[in-house]
Order: sequence, then structure tokens, then C-alpha cells
Amino acid sequence: MKILIGIKRVVDYNVRIRVLPDGSGVDTDGVKMSVNPFDEIALEEALRIKEAGNADEVIVVSVGGDECQQQLRTGLAMGADRAIQIQTSESLQPLSLARAFLKIIEREDPGLVILGKQAIDDDNSQTGQMLAALWDRPQATFASGLVINGNAATVTREVDAGLETIEVDLPAVVTVDLRLNEPRFVKLPDIMKAKRKPLEVVPLSELGVTAEANIAVGKHVPPPQRGKGILVEDAAQLVEQLKNRGLL
Amino acid sequence: MTEREVMEYDVIIVGAGPAGLSCAIRLKQLKPELMVAVIEKSAEIGAHILSGAVIEPGPLDELLPGWRENPPPTCIPVDRDEIWLLSQQGRRRLPTPPQQKNHGNFIVSLGAMCAWMAPQAEALEVDIFPGYAASEIRFTGNGEVGGVIIGDMGVDLEGNAKDTFMQGIEIHAPITILSEGCRGHLSKQLIKKFELDKDSDPQTYGIGMKELWQVKPGKSKPGLVQHTTRWPLDSKTYGGSFIYHLEKDRIAIGFVTGLDYEDPEFVPFEAFQQMKHHPMVRDLLEGGEILSSGARAIVEGGYQSLPKTEMPGALLVGDSAGTLNVPKIKGTHQAMRCGMLAAEHIAETSSWQGFDAKLRDSAVVKELHKVRNIRPAFYKGFWRGFLRAAIETVTAGKLPTTLKVHADHSALKKLDEYTAPDRHWVKRDLPPRDRLAAVYFAATEHDEDQPVHLRILEPDVCTTRCVVEYDNPCTRFCPAHVYEMVAADGIEENGANRLQINAANCVHCKTCDIKDPYQIIQWVTPEGGSGPNYQTM
Repeated sequence: MKILIGIKRVVDYNVRIRVLPDGSGVDTDGVKMSVNPFDEIALEEALRIKEAGNADEVIVVSVGGDECQQQLRTGLAMGADRAIQIQTSESLQPLSLARAFLKIIEREDPGLVILGKQAIDDDNSQTGQMLAALWDRPQATFASGLVINGNAATVTREVDAGLETIEVDLPAVVTVDLRLNEPRFVKLPDIMKAKRKPLEVVPLSELGVTAEANIAVGKHVPPPQRGKGILVEDAAQLVEQLKNRGLL
Repeated sequence: MTEREVMEYDVIIVGAGPAGLSCAIRLKQLKPELMVAVIEKSAEIGAHILSGAVIEPGPLDELLPGWRENPPPTCIPVDRDEIWLLSQQGRRRLPTPPQQKNHGNFIVSLGAMCAWMAPQAEALEVDIFPGYAASEIRFTGNGEVGGVIIGDMGVDLEGNAKDTFMQGIEIHAPITILSEGCRGHLSKQLIKKFELDKDSDPQTYGIGMKELWQVKPGKSKPGLVQHTTRWPLDSKTYGGSFIYHLEKDRIAIGFVTGLDYEDPEFVPFEAFQQMKHHPMVRDLLEGGEILSSGARAIVEGGYQSLPKTEMPGALLVGDSAGTLNVPKIKGTHQAMRCGMLAAEHIAETSSWQGFDAKLRDSAVVKELHKVRNIRPAFYKGFWRGFLRAAIETVTAGKLPTTLKVHADHSALKKLDEYTAPDRHWVKRDLPPRDRLAAVYFAATEHDEDQPVHLRILEPDVCTTRCVVEYDNPCTRFCPAHVYEMVAADGIEENGANRLQINAANCVHCKTCDIKDPYQIIQWVTPEGGSGPNYQTM
């Protein structure tokens, strides 16, 4: 069985995000970029499935400019067997992304597709669901547990009410949550080995997919800044101040 | 524990700063067949680099001809120099000494410059490994340095292996280059082991803190380089500020204090914040927004303190050796030249032997010799230092005397030996409010479930001697508020406190390792990839 993993290059979670003064987006000038943390968890899970003898090959796929090869190489260094870059200079929205992924699925015929539940930059949480629908296969989202049994998978899902366990037939799309696993550290010699692993570049246009914009982004604004606090003398003053603000 | 995996190289370079990267690039330019690797503890190249920085472009011209067509992301030709002598409210313009004339130099972000150099090294097939800390020296059977050992990852607070445990590998190489920057922890061990400093004065340091600001449009005059001295420091404390005007309404502002200050109650961070409230500086920053902040120790001993820079199997280069030129307030060109010289020496001789003599005969050390008496002249106070500096400058360092350099930790006075002058410090309101707020802008990150990387060799000293003699100065000199004295559990009534180490706040500046009066704080590398995440600092 092949497992296909989606990897997105995003602003690192440690970076303090700064909205550009004109509101057109966030400042990525000189900013550290990393693999979306949920995608790293997806890859870790695939590697564990392979190590347990339930998969033969793990393929990492990313959509973007050549800079995303850096994140694909990280995936290869973690242990993926090969990488595919769907090359485009445009920023793809979830539906176009799902269409592009579907083309790779049709070519590779994977038994399982694992994606992060969302990317930490746009927080859409749509690509996995759309991909399952387009592919017409089962989906199991927000997974915190994943067990492969032959042609099916038992997935524990993190839902509002607690945990839900479902079984899906394979092939299927699974999107993963934070508690599924803790990704491994990359071993230094594996970085060298990753340099020699195959990384195929497929232009988006060759897949017959166009970067369609179904969502128009109006403006980016930073969250409002907290105002200055005041010091009150006693409880009576506190009550008065709260009343003045209509909070009591 | 299994035997460690081994990777072999011809040269292993510890630290991807200007010295290490220049060395790597030069090595591959001269001898492409050499296998060269650079190991770097920060998660990304440049993320632990913090500098002003105004640089002299000479070494870049030599190393990467044509760089001016493809310059690093922040690179502004210096247009004007100003030096200001500050009092609490007033200021007086001083003539610019020749060392500080910056015509032809560039304002850069040294972090961004290193991130720009790294791919150029990789294009020459240097293997660069960010996110891995060289935690120990590997010695060969006959006691020579034979490479480094990478720190284990996935170890918990108590030292046990976690699920993610990964044993660090050994990197073997006949030549190891230590380019860890100021007070590198491996360099420190090697200087001691091989007694490299037995013929030199003790090393002396400064602490530099820096912030990057987005200011109101029109406040920044790109290319303007301003320095200030005196207020808020007293006459006996060496230091001053830099204010570099960048493009896109940004200003890099920083403050440096000699770590040979005497006042046990002195808080360098507070001095920096005070300086920002001088009317001249405040006017630039007010209404702006702080983007980034951080701190790093600076090596200031110069010529007298330069240790022997070679030992069996290894070389010290750049700030690990101590080649910074204090009167120029610049170390980058010296570090780069030093790294390149090491590369040229290795390419020529395939040996570590003879590098020290070559370095001492080079432009790097000649430059240090010329200015050797300027920094120690300030031991006697600002005005006497100022006068001596002027004489040394006019005579180009040709006077026959060489002043002694003293150690920083022994300069600190005990509580009962010192009375602080009235500092006339002001109430402040510009961010960051305190050191914890500043740490937030350093984006520092350490997994808290890992061994504490600040080791106290004699913990009893903190609660018995130090609290009485110095009032635990670590709680004040650390710019990241790593050290705190808190009530010991259950015995609060006695007023007994214990030292709490907030290691996750650490910005890897090394000040504690330097200034602690008992020399019992040992800074070691945390898990690779930990530490600040500086952007364009």
C-alpha cells in the first residue's frame, strides 16, 4: 500500500505574526517557514504504519513554488520515500488544492491519504473533506488514533463531545489532530540521504487544474490591542467602574 | 545505549555565523574536494545571530566578489555618522573619531546576512546542519580534538529518554573549527583544557541588547548611523547605544554595557530601556511598534586577551577567539577575515599547526594591536578614558605601553563595598514593559521537558554566600529573566529563598556564564533547535 501525505509550507508557529500595514496579508519577509505541524503529524503516522509493515511506500506532496522543496526535503529526511512538488507560483485555495491532489491520486493509486486537519496559516480545514468528496471515498477527520486492519482503518476522532471511533474502508482520506503522535527528530545522516531521494516536479498546468479563486479575501487586520488598565482604590470603585462600562 | 553513529568530514565547523560561513566558503573555493560541514544550534541559519550591525565590506568583496549585485536583504550604505554625549535631558554632539567613520560601510541585519551566505556555501557543496547542537568535543585516542558530538534529543527534565529520544551522532574530522561566537561553550572548555589563555590577559566582555522597531513614517532616515554615550550610565560604567536607521520605516536600536561594571544592583536591561526614554531617542520611537528584541554578549578584550588560537586538531576563529574591534564597534569584518585566514591556512597546509602565528601576523591582529589601549583606558572613568583614547588614536597605538585587561566577574563589588550613584532614571512607558515582555519579542522556544541547560555547579553558594555578598546579581544581569529567587516551599516565614531557573526564557547571550562573581554558572547547549528565533536581527 502507498500512503500519500500532503505537506504545506507555512510561517513557523514560533513566529510572531505581523499584518502588513496595507492589510494585504502578513509579513513573510525574512520570516522562518516550516512544515505545517499537523502535516508533520500526518507524515509521522504514515512512517509508523510503514514501519509496522502495513505500507510499502510513503510519498509526500506539496503545492507551491520551488521554495516548498525545502519542506519536502524535511519530509524525506524524516523518512518519506519520495516527493512530488506540484509547481505553481499561485496560492491555491482548498478546492483547487483538492483537485490537484486528486490528479496525483489518480496517478499513484494510494491506499491511504493522510493530511493535516488544517494548515496553521489560513486555518481552512477544507482540503481533506473536499478531496474525499471529489475522490468519492470515505473520510475520517480530526484523527487522534489510527489503526489499519487489512482493507479498513479504525479511526478515533476528536469531536466536540469527546472521542468518536469509526471504521472506514480503504482507500480513504484521514485528516489528523494534534494528539495523534509526536513527530520524530530528524537524524543528521538522514538529511544527507534525503538529498539523494527522488523529488519530482509536476507543473500545475500539466495536471489540467487551474488556480480558481472561490473565496475573495477582503482585508487582513491584526487583533485589537488591549487598552491600558486602571488601578482602583477599593471594591466600591471597582463596582462603579464596571457599572460605568455597562459590565455589571 | 548503543554506539553512536558516525559521520566523517575533512573539516567540521561549529557555528554558522560570519566566521564559520566565511571559513566554509573559502575552504570550498580553494579546495573543492574537501568535505566540509557546518553545525548550527539554531533552528534556522541566522536565528541566533544578533548584531548592530554596521559592517566593513572589505572581506565580503574578497570572499564573494559580485556580492554588491546580489546583496543581502537588509543592506543600506551608511550616509552619515553622529555621536552624541547624553545627559538625562540634554545632548551634545561629539566629533566622530576616525575608527567610527563609516563612509563606505553598510548597515545590515547580520542574521539576514548569514541566512544569505548559507545557500552560497551550500552551492559550493558545504553541508550545513541547522537545528543540531555540538554539545561535546570528541577527543581522539591521543588527546587531540577529533570532531564533535551532537547532543541527544528527546531527553526529559530528569535526563531520561522520551519516546522521541534520538541519540546524537559523532562527527569525526581531523580539523575542527570553533566559530561559536562570543563565549562559546566548547571553546571555553578547550581554552581551559589546552591552557590557551596562559600567556594572555583574561577575556573581558560586554552585554549588547537590541530591538528592531517599526517607527512612524518619516522618523527613520535610511543610512543614518547614530551612537550615544554616557547617560543613563555613570562615569565608571563603560557603554553606549547604537541607533541605525533602516529602510521601510525601521530602526535598529541597541545598548551595550561593559560587563566589568561594579554595581551589584545594576540591571543592564533597565539601562537600555532608560536610554530609549531620552528625548532624542523617544522622539524616534514614540508611536512606533517593537518588532523584535534580543541580547548577546560581546567579546571586548581584543589584543591583550586573545588566547592562542590553535590546539591539536582545532582552531578558534572570530568571536570564539576574540577578534572584535571595540573602538570600531565592529566584529564582523574581523570574524570573516579570521575565518577566511583559517581556510587559507588549512587549504595550504592541511594542518591546524601554524595558524596562530599566521593570525598574529595578519591584518586581523594588527588592527587589534593599534587600538589595544582604548577599551582598558576607560577603567579609570569616562573622561580619563576619553583622553587616553584620543592620544592612542592620534599615535595609532604606537606608544610602547600596553594596558592590562581585567576579568569581568571579579570587577563586581560586594554590597557593602559599593554605594550606587544617583542615576536620575526616569519613569518609562515605551514597550517592552519588562524583561519577560522583551523575551516575547525574541520568540525564544525551549521544550520545558529537557535538562536545564544552565548548570549551577555549587547551588548552595546562591542561598548562603551570594545572597548576602551580592544579592544574587544573576536575577538582574540576565536580560531574559532566567534567574529568580523565590520563596522555598514551606519555609517562607524564614525568608529563605531558593534559586529558580526559567531556562526556557534563555536567549543564549552567555552573560550569566561570564558575570557570575563565583563563576559557578555553566551555560551548556540545550536541545538542538531551541533558543531564540530572531528575524532580521
